Order: sequence, then C-alpha cells, then structure tokens
Amino acid sequence: MIINSRFFNRSELTGFIVLAAVLFVILPLSLDVFRLNLVAKYLTYAFVALGLVLCWGYGGILSLGQGVFFGLGGYCMAMFLKLEASSVENTKIQSTPGIPDFMDWNQITSLPLFWQPFHSLTFTILAIIFVPGLFALIIGTAMFKRRVGGTYFAIITQAVAAILTILIVGQQGYTGGINGMTDLRTLKGWDIRPDHAKIILYFVEVVLLFTCIGIAQFIRLTKLGRILVAMREQEDRVRFSGYSVANFKIFAFCMAAIFAAIGGAMFALNVGFMSPSFVGIVPSIEMVIYTAVGGRTSIFGAIWGAILVNFAKTSLSESFPQLWLFSLGALFIAVVLAFPNGLSGLWADYVQPRIDRLFARKPKSGWNGNSVADGAPAE
Amino acid sequence: MFGDYSIGDLGSIFVMQGFAGLILFSVYVLMALGLAIIFGQMGVINMAHGEFMILGAYVTWMTSNVFQAYMPSLFGGYFFLAMILAFVASGALGMLVEWVLIRHLYKRPLDTLLATWGLSLMLQQAYRSVFGAREVGVELPQWMLGSLHVTDSIEVPINGVFVMGLTVLITVSVAYVLYLSRWGRQVRAVVQNRIMAGAVGINTEKVDRYTFGLGCGIAGVAGSAFTMIGSTGPTSGQLYIVDTFLVVVFGGAASLLGTIASAFSISQTQSTLEFFMSGSMAKVLTLLAVVGILMLRPQGLFALKVRK
Repeated sequence: MIINSRFFNRSELTGFIVLAAVLFVILPLSLDVFRLNLVAKYLTYAFVALGLVLCWGYGGILSLGQGVFFGLGGYCMAMFLKLEASSVENTKIQSTPGIPDFMDWNQITSLPLFWQPFHSLTFTILAIIFVPGLFALIIGTAMFKRRVGGTYFAIITQAVAAILTILIVGQQGYTGGINGMTDLRTLKGWDIRPDHAKIILYFVEVVLLFTCIGIAQFIRLTKLGRILVAMREQEDRVRFSGYSVANFKIFAFCMAAIFAAIGGAMFALNVGFMSPSFVGIVPSIEMVIYTAVGGRTSIFGAIWGAILVNFAKTSLSESFPQLWLFSLGALFIAVVLAFPNGLSGLWADYVQPRIDRLFARKPKSGWNGNSVADGAPAE
Repeated sequence: MFGDYSIGDLGSIFVMQGFAGLILFSVYVLMALGLAIIFGQMGVINMAHGEFMILGAYVTWMTSNVFQAYMPSLFGGYFFLAMILAFVASGALGMLVEWVLIRHLYKRPLDTLLATWGLSLMLQQAYRSVFGAREVGVELPQWMLGSLHVTDSIEVPINGVFVMGLTVLITVSVAYVLYLSRWGRQVRAVVQNRIMAGAVGINTEKVDRYTFGLGCGIAGVAGSAFTMIGSTGPTSGQLYIVDTFLVVVFGGAASLLGTIASAFSISQTQSTLEFFMSGSMAKVLTLLAVVGILMLRPQGLFALKVRK
C-alpha cells in the first residue's frame, strides 16, 4: 500500500537530483582518478549509512555491529577475487601452487572446504547477500523474539563485532589474519586495478547506491515503513494493535545488514583489499557516526554524512593528524547534544524554509508541492 | 591433550591457570564495578569508561616518577598515594563530564553511548598528545617483585596477590557504601524511582553527579591496579571496554553480586581455555558462550525482580 501518490516529495526530489548530479556528473568531471577512487571508498560507507537509516533512524534499533556485515560482504567478494588472483600460474613459486599466498605461508596445503564454492561468481554474489542476511536473521531472531532491545542489543552486536574480528585475526591461515586479503587483481579476467577500471567500478557503485536508495525509499513509503516509525515511537502500542514487532525489527535489521554487505563487497572491489580493521568495533561505531552526523532519519542526509565525514577524515588526517580524533569526538558530542537530527535536520530547520520563502515570492511555483512536503501525508 | 602430563603436573597447571584467571578476574571486577554503578544503577552507557581507567593508570605512572625523582626513600609506598590520586582525578573528571554532558542525556540512553564514544576519542587523543603514543610501564617497588613459592611446581606472583587483595577491599567498600550508608540508600532510591525520590527531598541531580563520579573514580583505581600487571598506552582502555560491558550485562545489570559472579566465570573460562588453545580462540569461545547465554537469558545471571 503506497501512501504518498508520488515516490519522492518535492524536497526529496531536490535531494535526489542534487545527489545524482554530484555523483554522476560533477565529481567524475572534476576529480582525478585517485580522488574519484577515494570517493568510491566513501560511498561504500554510504550503503551502510543507508541501512542504518532504515534500522536505526526508522526502526529505532541501534546496531553497533554493522562492521560485521560490511566485513562479511567484503570478505565474500575478496575471497572470490583472491582465488582468481592465486591461479596456478600466478602462484607457482609457492610450495602448494593454486592456493592463496597467506595459506601457503601458514603451511596449509589444500584449499579449505568453505573456500571451494568461491570459485564461482554467481555463488559469490549470492553469498554477499545471503551470508550477512542469514547471519542478521539469526541474531535478530534470537534477540528480538525475546524482546531484547535498546542498549542491550547495541552491546551484544558490539560483542559480535569483537568476536568476528578476533576470529579473523586469529585464523590467519584461513582468512589472511591482521593483514587481510591483499593483492586482488582481476574479476573474471578483467583487471580491476588500472584507472579506466576504477572509473567503471565507480559508476557501477553509484548505480547500485541509487538502486538501494530506491529500495529504502520504497520501504519507507509503504505501510511497513510507517509501522517501523510507529515501533520506534511507541513499541507497546504497535504490539497491542496486533503487529508482530519482532518480525518487523528482524526485517529492518536484515535489510540494514544486506545494504552494509553490498557496501563491503564494493569496498573490496574499489579499494582492492579487505582487512579486519573494517570489521571491528571502532569502524562499526564510526559507521553510526556518519549516519548520526548526516541525519539518522534522512536517507540523503545519511549519504551526505558518510561522504562528508570521510572526506573530513582524509583531509584532516592528511594535514593535521593530531586534530582528527579531537574533531571527530567533538563533532559527535555536538551532534548528539545540539543537533540530534544531524545535517539534514539543520537543513530542514534553517535552509529549507528560506528556499521555500524564496520560491514562494514567485507566484504558483512552490505551494502546491509544499502541502505534501511539510504536512503528514494524508491517508 | 592431557597425555603428556602427569596428574601432579596437571594439578599444578590448573592451579597456575586458575591463578592467572584470578588476576584477570580482579581486573574485570575492578573495571566492571565502576561500570555496574554507572550502567546498572544509572542506565548510562559510558563508552569512555576505559579512558577513565587509563587516566588512573597515567596518574599512577606520574606519581611513581615523582617519587623516584624526589623521594626515592619512600618509593616502596608510592602506590597507596597513587591510588588515592587516581581515584580523585578520575572521579573529578567524571563529575565534570556528568555536569557538561551526561545530565542532558538521561532520557536518551542510546545517545549517551554515542556522546561518550566521542568523549573517549577526545580523551585518547589527549593522552596521546600529552603522554606520547608509546606504552609506558610503571616500575614496581622492590617488595612487589618476585613470587611466592607455594609448592615446588606452583608459584604465584606477589603483585597478583596484591591486586587481588585490593579488589576484595574495593568491592567490600563499594558494597558497604551502596547498601549500608545513607548516601547509598539515596542512590538506590533515585534509581528505583527518580520522581518519588525527588519528592521526599533527595537532591537527585547531586546524587547523579556523585554516583557517576564514584563509578569513574573506581575505574581510576582499576587503572592504577592495572599498571602493576601491564603497561599503559593511550588506547589500552578500548581493549577492555567490550569485555567489561559483557561482564556487567552477563551478570545482570543492577546486581553487584551478579557482576562479581559473571566476572569470575568469564575470566576463569578464558584463562583455562587459553592453556589448551590459542589465546584468540579462547577469547572467541568465551565471548560466544556469553553471547549465547545472553540470547537464552537476556536479563543476565542475577536479575533484580522489579515490576516494569
């Protein structure tokens, strides 16, 4: 059941057009390949932020374990790429040719069983979606069916992130350990390292991102999205109205996990390696930071948050490494204390009214759209 | 896996591993006590708890340096002064943080998590700028070095015994303060029903501030004790924060007894497993077991029976 007759209201349409223009036209034209590749890396976090908007902003479920799903997606992709990079002719100096180099260094002489299916690209793509999805389903079912939520859920997801990191670092022979999987070269024989490949990958990623935005927006507009918001505001009333709160929460958590996993897979492709430092507690919380800074209830806000915070991180840590943690910490405290709705809240409170006023002076341009944009959608 | 050891050897191994587990247990208890007060009693998720602990460790390190430079004759006793200073420093910082930051967020517990995470980043960077990125170690006084020979094959390090004694002392005092003193009654009253507590004349804001300060102060003492068994770096606090939260949640958030019981079971499991497999696998198995049990019993081991 679609409540709004239009897919985007007026201000969302503006947001959509601006984002599309920046990502499709302005950035590719104005940046060199190195910087564009950096933007591609930032955008992988935008997928995670998008998932967090659904699960945290709308559903009210704060997950501090999104790095887990980002990592699972990324590792699935990296395993496929690594297997292709370690063909028999590429690895003939090893004592066992045809297996990834880190396995050879750890005295493993044959490919472990769970690595075998990653020879197939189809399996890999399915795994990128279903492995994190199923994992989220298990965690979500176990937690939400027993009505564990709020802070406890946050702490347990954090513990899961810690467990997975320790496991990846500890099982060096199977996962590449702390160094992760490096030296990824080709995708089905197509070299992913040269500049033109980076540009193509960037556009593939942007298209995927917009697909995910479409999915998220669709979920938001259906009845499902409204139940999520209702659940965030008054969980008990939703339960008493006869809805199964747990199932909706599980769904939101699984969607967030799948978005994060797609981001992770794109990360492995764009950046060319995957390591446990993108899985653990610190990156997971940073992903929450991006969402909070951009605005936890705004799809476009969260994406801008991911891009801008990462951009600030790169530029600040390039020029003032001392300042970066200070400013990140201060930014975070400021966002929580003063602007709980992040950048998009600031935009909606201060910039949007002025723009509206500007347009309102001209007759017949803004008002029709406005009544849909600001008021609650009529049922 | 038991084949190569005789019965006597195995016994000694279990005792020694058990003792290593007890030292880990002491650190967990010291860290978790502060957190149990802040999280269990006040409902605030303090992600910067590890950084308060590290502040205590740095204060201890500075005190030991001052004693070494100016009063070498009194060096044997520096630790007692350092502990008090660590408590005061961490507690004072805690009260300041409560005043500036936390008191605005009591109604939004998930946001305290994010804000204190920001605080922990800033504190880490502050430590790195002031004390340097390298880990620092404290020189132990003479009487704490060496170990006690219990039997031929069992020996226990003296500093470990000292830390354990300290843990018992602090746990008993916290239990006394919370359950027997007038102030402790006020704290528990505020936790159970803030509005009613205010109505009978308890200054709830003041109680909140001192409770938070006490929790942070205990974290400072934990850091002080931590210097006896390990070195301190700007990010050491972060390593322990997840474990500590799990200890508190596993034990049942509002129960001191539960915190101690869960710290005991987690640390013993981990250190016993550590002997038979790699340290990382031991940790993974322990954490998995804890998460698994929490999924079956979300309220923790010892839950307060309250109507909600």
